[in-house]
Amino acid sequence: MSASPSLLILGATSGMARAVARRYAAAGYSLILAGRDVAEMERDAADLALRGAPMVACHTFDALDLASHAAFLAGLGETPDMALCAVGFMADQAACDADPALADRVARSNFNGPAHILSLIGSAMAARGAGMIVGISSVAGDRGRKSNYSYGAAKAGFTAFLSGLRGRFAAQGVHVMTVKPGFVRTRMTAGMDLPAALTADPAEVAEAIFVAARKGRNVIYVKPVWRLIMAIIRAIPEPVFKKLSI
Amino acid sequence: MKLSGWGRYPVVETTLREFGGPAAAAQILSQNDEMIARGNGRSYGDAALSDALVASALPCDRLLAFDRANGVIACEAGVTLADLINFLAGSGWFPAVVPGTKFVTIGGMIAADVHGKNHHVAGSFGHFVDEIELMLADGAVLRCSREAHADLFTATLGGMGLTGIILSARFRLARVESEWIRQETLVMPDLDALMDGFEAARASTYAVAWIDSFATGDALGRGLLYLGEHAGQDNLPPRLAGRRPAKSRRRRVPFDFPSWWLNRLSMRAFNAAIYANGRRKAGTAFVALDKFFFPLDSILEWNRIYGRRGFCQYQCVLPLSASRDGMRRLLARIAASNASSFLSVLKLLGPGRGMLSFPMAGYTLALDFPRSDRTLALMDELDAITADCGGRVYLAKDARLSAAHLAAGYPELDAFRAARAAAGAAGKFHSRLSRRLEI
Repeated sequence: MSASPSLLILGATSGMARAVARRYAAAGYSLILAGRDVAEMERDAADLALRGAPMVACHTFDALDLASHAAFLAGLGETPDMALCAVGFMADQAACDADPALADRVARSNFNGPAHILSLIGSAMAARGAGMIVGISSVAGDRGRKSNYSYGAAKAGFTAFLSGLRGRFAAQGVHVMTVKPGFVRTRMTAGMDLPAALTADPAEVAEAIFVAARKGRNVIYVKPVWRLIMAIIRAIPEPVFKKLSI
Repeated sequence: MKLSGWGRYPVVETTLREFGGPAAAAQILSQNDEMIARGNGRSYGDAALSDALVASALPCDRLLAFDRANGVIACEAGVTLADLINFLAGSGWFPAVVPGTKFVTIGGMIAADVHGKNHHVAGSFGHFVDEIELMLADGAVLRCSREAHADLFTATLGGMGLTGIILSARFRLARVESEWIRQETLVMPDLDALMDGFEAARASTYAVAWIDSFATGDALGRGLLYLGEHAGQDNLPPRLAGRRPAKSRRRRVPFDFPSWWLNRLSMRAFNAAIYANGRRKAGTAFVALDKFFFPLDSILEWNRIYGRRGFCQYQCVLPLSASRDGMRRLLARIAASNASSFLSVLKLLGPGRGMLSFPMAGYTLALDFPRSDRTLALMDELDAITADCGGRVYLAKDARLSAAHLAAGYPELDAFRAARAAAGAAGKFHSRLSRRLEI
């Protein structure tokens, strides 16, 4: 057994994933970065090593290419102690309505791809009898809103999938945690005017994940106020909700 | 989106994009005719604003190399000073120069060639920068140093981002034995005493003074002079030896204060309270690095106390020979006006570094004014006094200086323009500030 725990990060070049990598590097985890842009990940690898990660490896990973997932996992060698999926893709709703191919990509990037790889990883962890999976879903999946229901539907699917996965592996030593970040200042939201009180920095998300994972939490909202907001949004009766412009 | 500097004035409607490395920066450059890079938005006025495009370097935040033995670090431009200090904690190294907030980026510190409380002995941040990786208007990347592309290097230190996009830098750190500062607080009853105090303390590593800008007559320029030295392990009191400061609690200003609350009465009372408190606590104390260097950072978003109208910071420096008389004129003018400065800081500076660097040997005064027509008019009057004394205004704080006063205060402006033109930067890199000041 290796001396330091290992964390696999899928979609490692996203703002949130990078912050998570730093948090776990500082905690002494070895990191396996996986994503499409290896050059970009290698820039991060040097930084993460300086910040305390005993080992950092970079692997090409395409969440949309389901057929490649098994080979990707085999290529890692040892199954990591922990895996976090930050794969995601947001597109404007009007653009999705106009372009079915784009809507399809939103569905596959946020649901099919992440669900497929996490199921494989979960099985490998269950075979070993221990592991931790963290899936980054979204508050957008808590209710379909007319402003982003393509993205929301995919995230809703992912949230449901993680919930099922949690149940499936509960008796086999593998814990699954669902993270719903709310607004986060990242490249995905750069240039948007976001309400400061509801918006988290990637570093805040990373800290929340780190703390919650230690405690073995099931579902977390990064800023607790979001749990309340989404409870209210879910409670609005459909006849009223359909007339709201949110 | 709407964007402003730390002073929340002016506010511009613009497009913000981010870059995480050279490829993304080059792409932004190729797609836009005009742009300015931005760090953490801590310059006060319009230095990191553009009506065309603002490119945020915040995702460009990797540490590249750290030479632990010699205290040399290389990192990308979007690394914040807070992140760097956190990384260095316990290593025995500390940034050689830090400004009054740690929520700035390394790129911003270079672009403004920031000074710290040790400027009179150490010089500005630029003195410690050995190499800058700069992306030019055409996307080419140059490594600039005192040896290679020396002109562009000197122009980029304090160049307000107008020579290109700073991608990364390598700079030297200072050795520290502990995370504590031995601070001495001296109560100075008037301006002469305060300046005598600075001159007597030239050997002190850190020296800065708070001034009560409401004091008049015999008490004009009264204030508290803070001197500091890094505490060694052997001169720390036993209760602190080997210990690290507790993480200070941060409070956040939760909303924009209404504009009426900062008035002459409340500001006068606040300043009198600081002075009285200083008299009570004068003497020697050991304080945490954070508290000594970044006292305002413990109140997140403190700029909101000025309300939605925002505020202007006025910071000027006067040559040493003109300082005593000039500071007296500035303070008298402020005290006589109906517009007053909430927080005022005086500091002795050493000579500067870059072509557009702010520091010169002399005294610098920094004032915070809630923005109003009256305070803007007052600042125009302060410009005239500054110019008359042969001084200049700090561009990282500025939102309203005139092109004529810029030219009068910065004798190397033409050299800067030439270096900027030679690098092909003149058409491409523009901020609201460079447009306003016709740089």
